[in-house]
Amino acid sequence: MSFERIKEKLNILADAAKYDVSCSSSGSDRTNTNKGLGNAAPAGICHSYTEDGRCISLLKVLLTNHCIFDCAYCVTRKSNDVKRAAFKIQEVVDLTINFYRRNYIEGLFLSSGIFKSPDYTMERLVAVAKKLRLEKSYNGYIHLKSIPGASDELMYEAGLYADRLSVNIEVPTISGLKLLAPDKKYEDFTKPMRKVQHEIVRYKAERRIIKSTPKFAPAGQSTQMIIGATGESDKDIMYSAHHYYTQYQMKRVYYSGYVPVAEDSRLPAIGSQVPMLRENRLYQTDWLLRFYGFGVQEILNNEHPNLDMDVDPKLGWALRNLHLFPIDINRADKGMLARIPGVGMQSVGKIISARRFRKLNWEHLKKIGIALNRAKYFIICDSEQWENHELEPQKIKGMILKNSVGKFRKNYSSQLQLFN
Amino acid sequence: MDNAKILIYDGSFNGFLTSVFIAFEEKVYVADIQRNGQAQNALFSDTEIIFTQMDKAKRVWNGIQNKSNTAIKNIYFAFLSEYKGIELLLYRYIQKLFASQVSVHSDYSDTIVLKISQLAKNVGREKHRMEAFVRFQLTKDAIYFANIEPDFNVLPLISKHFRSRYVDQHWLIYDIKRKYGLYYNLQTVEIVSLDLNEVYANSIHKSDRFLGEEYSYQELWANYFRSTHIKSRINKKLHTQHIPKRYWKYLSEKKQAV
Repeated sequence: MSFERIKEKLNILADAAKYDVSCSSSGSDRTNTNKGLGNAAPAGICHSYTEDGRCISLLKVLLTNHCIFDCAYCVTRKSNDVKRAAFKIQEVVDLTINFYRRNYIEGLFLSSGIFKSPDYTMERLVAVAKKLRLEKSYNGYIHLKSIPGASDELMYEAGLYADRLSVNIEVPTISGLKLLAPDKKYEDFTKPMRKVQHEIVRYKAERRIIKSTPKFAPAGQSTQMIIGATGESDKDIMYSAHHYYTQYQMKRVYYSGYVPVAEDSRLPAIGSQVPMLRENRLYQTDWLLRFYGFGVQEILNNEHPNLDMDVDPKLGWALRNLHLFPIDINRADKGMLARIPGVGMQSVGKIISARRFRKLNWEHLKKIGIALNRAKYFIICDSEQWENHELEPQKIKGMILKNSVGKFRKNYSSQLQLFN
Repeated sequence: MDNAKILIYDGSFNGFLTSVFIAFEEKVYVADIQRNGQAQNALFSDTEIIFTQMDKAKRVWNGIQNKSNTAIKNIYFAFLSEYKGIELLLYRYIQKLFASQVSVHSDYSDTIVLKISQLAKNVGREKHRMEAFVRFQLTKDAIYFANIEPDFNVLPLISKHFRSRYVDQHWLIYDIKRKYGLYYNLQTVEIVSLDLNEVYANSIHKSDRFLGEEYSYQELWANYFRSTHIKSRINKKLHTQHIPKRYWKYLSEKKQAV
């Protein structure tokens, strides 16, 4: 095989795939069988990091960037004038195996532009996974894209070889979808998702009875939404994320600040800033929903349709609900501890373990590693000196902002910059 | 208090556990536990040289394990940190463990317990980094070879990961700092020491010990790495936070940057 040609293709097809933010290689427990190659690390491993700070865990490429669709937000849209290329199935297999053997990657992430028809494309994606698993006895991670509109039979086959499947919903609202991707129907996205979800449920049930049931997408499904392309509110985004978490048992929903890739009157112009802070706040909210026991309507509702930009969502929630505070560190239950701003789940675990031995004071809490500059207004502990808890929300917010630094601070500070 | 002693052991983990056994059995008042070769005599204490005995070490290991699995893991990981004075710190930790009926290892408000768990955490993090940052290069003898220079002595910890992942290829991971490596011969992993007169980091210069194809794949990988950057989101600080510069010289994708 000619390395020069492969290099050229790799550059084009990796470049087009980079806007897919899903990078995780976790959640699969596939082991190495029959002295083959590779296994899955259940916690996932990031082998490198891009210069924008995202992790590189998988070889993320498109099979081809030829596409019959014309979605406004997509870099490989039909009407966009870019170089096109396509990998042969064998080429992807060879690249994956050789990168994997050198410990560059954790596995393969294969997506594709849609050429000819959804089924034709999905068939090729499945063929790559099948070849890796059956011919190369490869047990590493495989993430396949479910092509919107692909048939149930192909989705089933994909699940047999892949660890994770994902469909990117991209636009959080149905009206936005009609505007930006007129060729696609909402049902095209949900149909493969539903099929995979049902198969996972069935696999889990059968697995309980017959231990040797072949694995079906052990790392589950994920999806992705573009942020800031259609003027949707944070509430729209998080409610739709919540919908996918509960209705489709998604493992992850990713949020991707829209990077302008094409000139289009329906979208932000090229060169406009990527909403990175907003993206960050959405991920924080996502974590609060999945790990901290918050309900989505507690954080976002009709009165507060958007997240605060200057403080994190948990602090924002706490400031609106000051009547629940202060919380006694030495008595409160796990759920309440998790709601204190500046206390993460790791610290919650440590506090619960440590307070069995003695009452905790400020010193202990500081050493355990909680962010006292935020937490101190919301807690009491075993100490004579305590903070004044009669403060107004605005005053607490002001004091926290005054005594802390944040990398995005300049984006929302109302104070004029002296030197800039 | 009349016989404060310094125990000298051979530097191995089993040697350390033997020292702990002897300290408990002979009711020694331990002034310090030191590695052979790094020992320093104190003015008012005797020294005793400890010979590693597997059965005694095993008894200490089992004794701690019966107390808690987390504790034995923390002790082993913290020991590999090679932190100055780690032996005495661990000895105090083990004393605490045996003195108490409850599981002291989770008392994070205790200074020693917290320190040990933080050291163990650091070592665990380095272990994970090495599982990620090892870059194999294919030699002409068909061995996948990598050299590393980890902050802590993590080779014993990463052995299992690589053994279960790369079952069908010969591989060798060599720790340049500590001058020993792990070699997998398709059957077992053995400890080897090499006479390396050259560090095979990712220099632009091509060594004739590796296949020509090897450099083609390195180039493909470096190309792939470059095409994953999103220009409008560059964040160099975050990048180096994830991959600290000290690891760069062994990462083939950072060839241009070194």
